[in-house]
Amino acid sequence: MRILIQEDPFDVGEEVSRFSAGHQDVGAVVTFTGVVRDVPEERLKVMEIEHYPGMTESALAEMAARAMDRWSLADALVIHRYGRLAPGEMIMMVGTASKHRKDAFEAAEYLMDFLKSRAPFWKREITARSAQWVAAKDDDENALKRW
Amino acid sequence: MDILYFAWVRERIGRPRETLETDAATVAELVEELKGREDRYAAAFADLSALRVAVNQELTDFDASLEGAREVAFFPPMTGG
Repeated sequence: MRILIQEDPFDVGEEVSRFSAGHQDVGAVVTFTGVVRDVPEERLKVMEIEHYPGMTESALAEMAARAMDRWSLADALVIHRYGRLAPGEMIMMVGTASKHRKDAFEAAEYLMDFLKSRAPFWKREITARSAQWVAAKDDDENALKRW
Repeated sequence: MDILYFAWVRERIGRPRETLETDAATVAELVEELKGREDRYAAAFADLSALRVAVNQELTDFDASLEGAREVAFFPPMTGG
């Protein structure tokens, strides 16, 4: 498992190559990358991401360990950034490696659903006009029910 | 006990953390104690359904016991990903 919580940007290509290499008996690698979405009507300038150092590390490690237990995974990867990010920058990525694609896809979705509402990150959108904390969505909370 | 605040809870209370001595047995009792201190605490804790709590860095609920608690954190629902 590789869990990174960092302020600096990461290179998706490099991470995918590193993650895919060195596993035997892996036929599927699924990755998901989250990008800072612009708010066109309001012109997003910066997305600020706050987190809870200490709890973030343990929550992500626990989540990845649960995914490893539940699905037949050779490895799992979670990278999540904090600090100030511009529109178009990559916020986070998850990766799962498995013998078959079904486990890899499902485990990646599981990791995403838990990252959305159980990992201690908070986003704030700063536009030319305002600075607003992003509200949690009921859909994200409901998405957890299927697991 | 260390009390931590994040996101708009931190902004409303005006500080990221503080240390206090308390006899509160549960998170709910601690919240009542904090609300009694100043208006900004009362404002931050006005609607508990809009808040989440972690004790010793584990998510829990407001009925949770504070036995063995070294660190309690209050924050809005998380928005990661």
